[in-house]
Amino acid sequence: MRFSIYRYNPETDTRPRMQDYDIALEPTDRMLLDALIRIKASDDTLSLRRSCREGVCGSDAMNINGKNGLACITKLVELKEPVVIRPLPGLPVIRDLIVDMSQFFKQYHSVKPYLINDDPPPDKERLQSPADREELNGLYECILCACCSTSCPSFWWNPDKFVGPAGLLQAYRFIADTRDQATSERLDDLEDPYRLFRCHSIMNCVDVCPKGLNPTRAIGKIKELMVKRMV
Amino acid sequence: MAIAKRQFDAVVVGAGGSGLRAALHLAEANLKVAVLSKVFPTRSHTVAAQGGVAAALGNSEEDNWHWHMYDTVKGSDYLGDQDAIEFMCRKANEAVYELEHFGMPFDRTPDGKIYQRPFGGHMQDYGKKPVPRACAAADRTGHAMLHTLYQRNVRARTQFFVEWMALDLIRDQSGDVLGVVAMEMETGEVMIFQARATLLATGGAGRIFASSTNAFINTGDGLGMVARAGLPLQDMEFFQFHPTGVYGAGILITEGVRGEGGYLLNKNGERFMERYAPNAKDLASRDVVSRSMVTEIKEGRGVGKDADHVLLKLDHLGAEVINRRLPGIREISIKFANVDPIKEPIPVVPTAHYMMGGIPANYHGQVVALGGNGFVAVVRGLYAAGECACVSVHGANRLGCNSLLDLLVFGRAAAQQIIDDLKRDPYPKPLPAGAADRPLARLARLETQKDGESVAEVAAAMRRVMQAYCGVFRFGDLLKQGVAKIKEVAERSGHTMISDKSKVFNTARVEALELDNLIEVAMATMISAEARTESRGAHARDDYPNRDDENWLKHTLYFKNGYRLHYKPVTLRPLTVEPFQPKARVY
Repeated sequence: MRFSIYRYNPETDTRPRMQDYDIALEPTDRMLLDALIRIKASDDTLSLRRSCREGVCGSDAMNINGKNGLACITKLVELKEPVVIRPLPGLPVIRDLIVDMSQFFKQYHSVKPYLINDDPPPDKERLQSPADREELNGLYECILCACCSTSCPSFWWNPDKFVGPAGLLQAYRFIADTRDQATSERLDDLEDPYRLFRCHSIMNCVDVCPKGLNPTRAIGKIKELMVKRMV
Repeated sequence: MAIAKRQFDAVVVGAGGSGLRAALHLAEANLKVAVLSKVFPTRSHTVAAQGGVAAALGNSEEDNWHWHMYDTVKGSDYLGDQDAIEFMCRKANEAVYELEHFGMPFDRTPDGKIYQRPFGGHMQDYGKKPVPRACAAADRTGHAMLHTLYQRNVRARTQFFVEWMALDLIRDQSGDVLGVVAMEMETGEVMIFQARATLLATGGAGRIFASSTNAFINTGDGLGMVARAGLPLQDMEFFQFHPTGVYGAGILITEGVRGEGGYLLNKNGERFMERYAPNAKDLASRDVVSRSMVTEIKEGRGVGKDADHVLLKLDHLGAEVINRRLPGIREISIKFANVDPIKEPIPVVPTAHYMMGGIPANYHGQVVALGGNGFVAVVRGLYAAGECACVSVHGANRLGCNSLLDLLVFGRAAAQQIIDDLKRDPYPKPLPAGAADRPLARLARLETQKDGESVAEVAAAMRRVMQAYCGVFRFGDLLKQGVAKIKEVAERSGHTMISDKSKVFNTARVEALELDNLIEVAMATMISAEARTESRGAHARDDYPNRDDENWLKHTLYFKNGYRLHYKPVTLRPLTVEPFQPKARVY
């Protein structure tokens, strides 16, 4: 199978290049990550992140034939050859397929992604109805792979100011949690021309999310709450 | 060569469940803590845990920690230390409630409490019938827990060193541990992390096997560091094979599937676990179910063209239950097995999953070794928690959901012990000369080695040997050959060559350093297994099919130096309750 892979090593390369690989696959190689591991076994200078190989850790996000996705759950049979692999767009490349995710995590951290509840906790669990818990479905499952934010033009232009779909999804995950008491503080923080309102509902995030989550809907809900509290 | 050095009160190596739980406690105590992780914390392998965390909350049926303790002792095939098991089971409810207070998105019962499901080996009233004890967030409990703990650490402003790989421990003349030497992956820079307390929370080493549910990062780094530092590894022969890995891919399918009512079928469509475990059936403990499956396959009742796996049926649970309680399983099955479990059964096979053995520690998280007089002695400055540690709460076989509990309870306990120890002992000791010599020599070898086998080749050879000679069923002659073969692979691993010599994010170098650690784990596992001439828990020998309490009710201690084995007694005395005496194990 033929691959064309983005290569860049700051120690030896003045500019990035695409390198072609033609490799024989085994029948057990089903996912793109299997092929990349095979390529790395023959050329150990290829650098990429990977860990769980089942789509839950979020390490091996990359741009695959023009679309962001996780290598470990992208089936080889569904890919057109040559398979063009590039690092996630919009973030500085450290080397090969490895990008610097500092800006992405900075935005995630900026939404205070933790439960805020200053009441002394009860002896047992805080109660939450199944219906209230259901509100967190589609939100808490995010694996922070950055496929969404790095497919978002608004994030490309303003990665320092726009929280981005991943961060906003998590902001809403805590707003939607009945145990969290900081909704109005969270809304204040996001009521800003950049932090939230750079989202123009292009919906690339929804299109690429490997977990099938919908950040655009979460962003819409945040906007709704802002309108509601004004009236 | 001058090496940069930074000083901390405590260094935590690893940012999975136990590392993060410990880091949180240390950071909230206002200690100066550094948390080192090879990967961004939420990428740690705790993220892949599915079914739940065990605690006798009794939210839907009567339950209490005594029953949980009994199940854990029995599950361990009596090799677990009963003081540690009592400690863990008594702390379970508090640990889980605390996690809920941190924001963990547990599923809920109709009255708003934490949802619990049955799990293998967890029973009511000392083994009578299965009880819902697994506290679950759908089938993504590990993901929810890891993210919750990370989030709480963000709140506590814990200091992380992300994509730093710890290479070796620093020990002085008296054997005290004074920190670690670590490498920043992005730059290749090596630095000394001097600390009065070093907590190893480096997780498992499933990657010693060819077929494993484990992530690529599970390379036993803490165990390798400990073995090279001259300290022992305990009970390494006990490696759990999870009954339900996806056939061909090895991806975990949670026991929660069987907890929700799924069951295993052989090629005749027979629910064969009824024959092996008439009472608990498909919810017998994992070693029992895995052996039953392999027996079915060996006797010709396997499924598929090679008759080499069995089926996990859950379509009868209905789309509603599957989508609500097991959505991740459905996703995995569709992606990795091409079956939608709402309509078809999932092809499964026992798959290497969890290391019961590890770095010997007591239930305060202190690492223990043999003192000069042969007695167990605390290694000052060194702590271990989570899968890399052997406390031993899991003994010869771990119960499902007890590992997430282990992470929480012993992560916190180790941190508390560190806080107490640092109060008593407030000054750092001076570093010995040549503190970083060992890791620098390892790096220098990789730098200068100009020819030799690739790391990938040698690693593959190791995995093949472990899979073929040290699997679900073990045979005396195969183990003997296995010892010779793994020693040969270990020899080869000292001469590997990487063609990538660059500094920046050199993952070839990382994989070579990981192989050093894997090899230590593989050696310890094979050699300890060959020596134990009995069957207990996950260690099942064809030539010694019975448990032998007279000779083998004891923990193995393996030393890298000379491949020496020592043994130490099992702690049969709990902290406050009556001991559970060893008896025949029936499910």
